[in-house]
Amino acid sequence: MDLKEKIVSSYVAFEDGVNMNSDVHEIRSKAFQNFEKLGFPSKKIEAWKYTSLNAVLREDYCLFPNKKKTVTLPQVKDHFIHDIDTYKVVFVDGKYSSFLSETTHDNFDVCLMSSALAKPKYKPIIENYFNKVAKQDHLTSLNTAFVKEGAYIHIPRNTEVEKPIQIINFTTGTEDAIMTQPRNLIVVEQNAYVQIIERHQSLTQNAALTNVVTEIFADRYATVDYYKIQNDHTSASLVDNTFIEQQSESTVAVHTFSFGGKVTRNNLNFYQMGKHINSTLKGITIIEGKQHVDHHTLVHHTAPNCESHQDYKGIFNERAVGVFNGKVVVEKDAQKTNAYQQNNNVLVSDRSTINAKPQLEIFADDVKCSHGCTTGQLDEQALFYMQQRGIPKKEARALLMYAFANTVLESVKIPEVKERITKLIAMKLSVRIGFDL
Amino acid sequence: MLKIENLHAEVERKAILKGLNLKVKPGEIHAIMGPNGAGKSTLASVIAGKEDYEVTQGIIELDGEDISELDPDERAHAGIFLSFQYPVEIPGVTVTNFIKTAINESRKAQGLDEMSAKDMLKKIRQKSSLLEIDRKFLSRSLNEGFSGGEKKRNEIFQMAMLEPKLAILDETDSGLDIDALRVVANGVNTLKSSNNAIIVITHYQRLLDHIIPDFVHVLHDGKIVKTGDASLAHELEAKGYDWIKEKIIS
Repeated sequence: MDLKEKIVSSYVAFEDGVNMNSDVHEIRSKAFQNFEKLGFPSKKIEAWKYTSLNAVLREDYCLFPNKKKTVTLPQVKDHFIHDIDTYKVVFVDGKYSSFLSETTHDNFDVCLMSSALAKPKYKPIIENYFNKVAKQDHLTSLNTAFVKEGAYIHIPRNTEVEKPIQIINFTTGTEDAIMTQPRNLIVVEQNAYVQIIERHQSLTQNAALTNVVTEIFADRYATVDYYKIQNDHTSASLVDNTFIEQQSESTVAVHTFSFGGKVTRNNLNFYQMGKHINSTLKGITIIEGKQHVDHHTLVHHTAPNCESHQDYKGIFNERAVGVFNGKVVVEKDAQKTNAYQQNNNVLVSDRSTINAKPQLEIFADDVKCSHGCTTGQLDEQALFYMQQRGIPKKEARALLMYAFANTVLESVKIPEVKERITKLIAMKLSVRIGFDL
Repeated sequence: MLKIENLHAEVERKAILKGLNLKVKPGEIHAIMGPNGAGKSTLASVIAGKEDYEVTQGIIELDGEDISELDPDERAHAGIFLSFQYPVEIPGVTVTNFIKTAINESRKAQGLDEMSAKDMLKKIRQKSSLLEIDRKFLSRSLNEGFSGGEKKRNEIFQMAMLEPKLAILDETDSGLDIDALRVVANGVNTLKSSNNAIIVITHYQRLLDHIIPDFVHVLHDGKIVKTGDASLAHELEAKGYDWIKEKIIS
């Protein structure tokens, strides 16, 4: 039985555990039918031309783990940004861990999707926002069909959340292979401000597949600062589907740091629905072995005087494969758009690959759209120069690569996140230098 | 300090150095002059250990130790410094952090702890004022968008920070105006001591008016064909390199 059949035949059992007489379940059922029709994406589909899920889908994933595994804090502490005070919404094998979490209902809600879907007081928000911006494609439909748990964040107008919020999904490896499908909803009302860090982490080498959907709504003058840290084992794969809807004068930045995992696919979609919107999409990818990281970005400009900034840096060693597909759509009414896209790659080994594809569709005539895409190798003369000053080759290479990726880090606003990323980069490049550039 | 005997080296199978001999003692300044293509920059790269340059014969010793098999960073740790003719631009790494990393990597190689931030700062202040380097300059990306003069001054600043035993200045005068030349030469002269040595590689004599060599060697076709004192540089300037070529042929 292949994974699609297994999923489809498990749906009745899934329905036993949820309230079937709800609007949400109607959405689920529709999405389920959609997935039944579409199945998993294959390489024949343009958007999946360079990323195959075949090897990932071959595992016999446990879909609804029953065994409850307790996780102790020392086991997972390293995966948190623990040197600052944060709210935490933590899941272990797809189930909420109250022990590891720190949620709140004071002034704003940082809590669980399961309770938001069930309790009447959340109904207006769910009705207005749930599944409204998410696309109805293969994997998003699959996630929607099984919606049950995830993080629910609602920040009312004029609220500045002082502590960052961490959303962390652990898989424990209790099952040989596990598939989880977290669903996050983040609603940030007028003039509110929030910082969020998201991470998916398996604690063993057992296979894990995460198909996560996150919907983010930024109302007028809202600011959302979002960080995704992807540094999982080579047995863990991730499909991250993020959909962001922005209203006038809002600012949303998403930084994605991809340092590990087997296959990582990021579908990052920005829909600008008003004027004077600012969207930032940045990422650093450093991978080796047979790792595969795919960034599919979309910025949809629909109204005048908006900006989008994209800056993706990739470093690919050994047989690693990278994909960058950056699509920018500028509608006819979106005059005075300023859309900037930069994608630079370094192929460290002869056997590494990058498939880069900038895609611009511009229907307005008074716009500033620029894109630059480069692929190259480390500068040998620069390496010799640095070695001549006493910096060993490995460190010199690391320093060059760090400097190359540094433009992305400059806009990271949480110092502890920046520090953590810097450490992860040093670890990835197996050097012990400070990089305090 | 430095002993080179019968050195043969090639780049991409093309022989460039063809039996070169050179001895440098502590406290000495040697100038190596010669026409374009004589092998001057190759000699500098070979001493510094550049990978693409293959030594096919001969020896290179520093303080009696064979260094010909060492990596460039190991040679740097042993005390060799090369001021590049074309210093490389490294975007994203500031001058200060580059030199910090360089010093601490050298210290690490010698089994020493990292230099304290306070000492580092003090040293940077002292050496940058010697070369009349503005503090703002130190927080710029290394060599990126630097003028020719700024690049060369930055090279000598790094030399001042690293305090090498043997400094090789490869065409340090090229791209310098008179004022910058004076600053650079003054810096080099201040750094000069009875314990270290300098090899000045130059096409023209003008730098040697400021950094007075003890020996002047003329390099031609991969070999040193004539050695003299500082007056040889003046003679070359007056008569040109053809004079040497003719002398060799005759």
